[in-house]
Amino acid sequence: MFNTLQKWLPKIILSPSIFLVTVCIYGYVAWTGYLSLTHSRFLPNFKWAGLLQYNKLMENDRWVTSCINLLIFGVLFIIISIILGTLLAILLDQNIRQEGAIRTIYLYPMALSFIVTGTAWKWILNPGLGLEKMMHDWGWTSFEFNWLVSNDMSVYTLVIAAVWQSSGFVMAMFLAGLRGIDSSIVKAAQIDGASMPTIYWKIILPCLRPVFFSAVIITSHIAIKSFDLVTALTSGGPGYSSDLPALFMYTHAFTRGQMGLGAASAMMMLAGVLAILVPYLYSELRNREQ
Amino acid sequence: MTKFSPGRIFIYSILVLFCAIYLMPLLVMLLTSFKSLPDIRGGNLLSLPEVWVFDAWFKAWGTACTGVTCEGVKGYFWNSFKMAVPAVFISTLIGALNGYVIAHWRFKGSNLFFALMLFGCFIPFQVILLPMAATLGKFGLANTTTGLVFVHVVYGLVFTTLFFRNFYVSVPGELVKAAKLDGAGFFTIFFKIMLPISKPIIMVCIIWQFTQIWNDFLFGVVYSGSDSQPITVALNNLVNTSTGVKEYNVDMAAAIIAALPTLFVYVVAGKYFVRGLTAGSVKG
Amino acid sequence: MRKFATLASTLALTSAINLAYAGEVEVLHWWTSGGEAKSVGVLKEMLEAQGHSWKDFAVAGGGGESAMTVLKTRAISGNPPAAAQIKGHDIQEWADLGFLSNLNDVAKAEKWDEVVPAVVTNVMKFNGDYVAVPVNVHRVNWLWANPAVFEKAGAKIPTTMDEFFVSAEKLKAAGIIPLAHGGQAWQDATVFEAIALDILGSEDYNKAFVMHDDAVLSGDKMVEVFTVFKKMRNYIDSDSPGRDWNIATSMVINGQAGMQIMGDWAKGEFIAAGKVPGKDFVCLPAPGTDGQFTFNIDSFAMFELSNADNVTAQKSLAKTILTPEFQEVFNLNKGSIPVRTDMDMSKFDSCALDSMATFKASNTSGDLVPSMAHGLATTGYVQGAIYDVVTNFFNDPDGDPKETVTKLARVVKAAK
Repeated sequence: MFNTLQKWLPKIILSPSIFLVTVCIYGYVAWTGYLSLTHSRFLPNFKWAGLLQYNKLMENDRWVTSCINLLIFGVLFIIISIILGTLLAILLDQNIRQEGAIRTIYLYPMALSFIVTGTAWKWILNPGLGLEKMMHDWGWTSFEFNWLVSNDMSVYTLVIAAVWQSSGFVMAMFLAGLRGIDSSIVKAAQIDGASMPTIYWKIILPCLRPVFFSAVIITSHIAIKSFDLVTALTSGGPGYSSDLPALFMYTHAFTRGQMGLGAASAMMMLAGVLAILVPYLYSELRNREQ
Repeated sequence: MTKFSPGRIFIYSILVLFCAIYLMPLLVMLLTSFKSLPDIRGGNLLSLPEVWVFDAWFKAWGTACTGVTCEGVKGYFWNSFKMAVPAVFISTLIGALNGYVIAHWRFKGSNLFFALMLFGCFIPFQVILLPMAATLGKFGLANTTTGLVFVHVVYGLVFTTLFFRNFYVSVPGELVKAAKLDGAGFFTIFFKIMLPISKPIIMVCIIWQFTQIWNDFLFGVVYSGSDSQPITVALNNLVNTSTGVKEYNVDMAAAIIAALPTLFVYVVAGKYFVRGLTAGSVKG
Repeated sequence: MRKFATLASTLALTSAINLAYAGEVEVLHWWTSGGEAKSVGVLKEMLEAQGHSWKDFAVAGGGGESAMTVLKTRAISGNPPAAAQIKGHDIQEWADLGFLSNLNDVAKAEKWDEVVPAVVTNVMKFNGDYVAVPVNVHRVNWLWANPAVFEKAGAKIPTTMDEFFVSAEKLKAAGIIPLAHGGQAWQDATVFEAIALDILGSEDYNKAFVMHDDAVLSGDKMVEVFTVFKKMRNYIDSDSPGRDWNIATSMVINGQAGMQIMGDWAKGEFIAAGKVPGKDFVCLPAPGTDGQFTFNIDSFAMFELSNADNVTAQKSLAKTILTPEFQEVFNLNKGSIPVRTDMDMSKFDSCALDSMATFKASNTSGDLVPSMAHGLATTGYVQGAIYDVVTNFFNDPDGDPKETVTKLARVVKAAK
């Protein structure tokens, strides 16, 4: 009796979670998928529409813009966060005094949501109020920083704020990774006469591969879900030049009463995630098993 | 340790430069909250207040309007705690058990479940608003704190499981096997072996979950009841004034007040963060 | 003993009355800022004076966008509030889905049909039945100007589009930003519809934005609207994107900018800054739209409830909103005009009186048109589609009016 229970216990423990994940993630996704094939407008209805919403979506200029933006934003955000995070982690790993304080400063943006910092960011990036004005006040009158109000550049301001928020977290992950590396390997390399940059490049960073993996997963999930960020900073403007898919989906599904179209855009987002992440996940996890 | 070689000075200056950049938004908020309104319009973002005024803080805490009532954000502060504490606790506990099972009691399908969960991280929460509302309505949990806690637990579960799984994977399987041979059961191993070494990862989970739940606006605004709205909703109402003079100093003070608990957690528990991540990071 | 019995029965009776009356209304709204919140506070007090209780559910942001999201999820979960601030076309959508409660009995008792113009009540009715209560009428096509600034630049405050550009040029030469504007989609649309009202005229305005007549939407006049719209872009400072409307208003107040095209809620900003209408600032119809009135009506829709006491409270709320007392207090605060045309307007300022006079006159002349930018003219989906075209054109330096007009007709058709 006891042994049977022991045998089943792991499954019993896991089953509520399996149930919840199945219903509250996959069930709801299926529901959304179904909605995307209907004429749903103001609230869900179940009048079959086939692929109509997807056709509409493909013809929608704003959707195309928001997808391109996500690509630009996502790639830049992930790459910059990881490079900056690694760099800061390596520098911070050099027996720095006050390491705890500095680390906290790098990490604190993660504690704040853009609902809190949105206004401050808007000011800093606004040419008439923030950085540009400050530089002018301090005598550097040719300084120009008007990305926030420029059609072509506004999406890059999103990258700045997002990197500010998340790079500290990436730094913490890499710092943790560095601390976990066996110091005898480094010592051995030093004795062999390898220079510090070589040691980092050839020995330490390759050891951190799992950290890269986690960092990519975490930053890409932040990038895809970026919603507070864009509503706080630009609301998708000027025009809709800095729109992102998450905002597009929300606006259409909830504000504009185009629930079918919103659902279709959500499905496209998920399909995009699948297409990019699953191969990555698969190859990474496979490598690790071996 | 070499002291103040040119290299060290270079490292320090880069670190300090980045400190300044990271601190700027917070500094802007702090300075603004202590300025008077004319002072805000006149000066630039980083200029010091001409006169340090504390009124904005009192107003934000006690008398600013967030709806028909004008009692500041203080009441909402407790609403947020009432929701965040149980949600963090429950999701951490479930995450620990799940992580333990996935790492050490593998069965057919447990890895598949883990992969499915991982993919679940990427679902934009806006997608689940309506079906979740229907579900909560069916169980009579619509617009109650219980319902809101439930939602936070479900979507936090994914992350806590991920954290604990990565942590427990780094515990040698031999250790668990030996304990099993000694006749220790599922829970004995969990409580006697796993939990005692889990402090760092528990801290990571608490920090992560608390921050996510405290800062959440979307679920809070949609699933809370009218007398249990969390502080982010109050902050939003206070900041998003559609008419009337915009009191930026009050907005900023309210924003900082709303952020205090999470800031506190990061400052106090921040050191565990790196430690907790260290354990699972390299082995993944 | 008998005395006691009487007392007891009186007590029982009064408490019974109280019980019958003591309902609760949960009200979802997005009025959270100072003046507005106080005005809603008055409503709460008036309702409480009748023995009911008010449960406040305020969600600000994006002109009610967040509030609407909340409303939708609550409706889906089977737990809608008693009353929600819904306006324009959305009322029809909610009523069509069967969520709203019939208010005909209150309307009949209070003679709403007699005191409120048909243009307003039409918005509140679904299939001829009242389902919502109007709170106020905003005029959207206003031009707000700072006369001191105009004097300094030697310019005339414009009444026509041609004058607008002459004056704007002079202001610009004097180093003043001619037009204060906030680059948000709804503000772009507000300016756009003011221009459209002038150039198209009331009749074609309705054809374009209410009936979505393809010929008008893609016609030559519409090309002209977009051309003028683009020309106006030259008189706005480059930092405008993302700016809130009230910041733009404060630029007019402190003389940094000359004028602003904005609805009458802007008046509250001037008043709050201690400015006097007619002296420190002037309100006049947006260029070329004298005698025309673009209306925006705030309203509360009442949801179907099951609890009988709460229904009573809900009906009391509906009744109270349209009482002259509340109409006066609220609209004095909000800058709008009352929906009742039979009211004593002596406490209102010159802008509001002007607005009321035009409201009544335009009601008969056919120049009273619904605001597209504020969701009164058309459905959320068509409005959204127009928003995208308008705001994108306005912010795109290479935007071509002719191409844009074809696109406008196309997206409106697709969204319809």
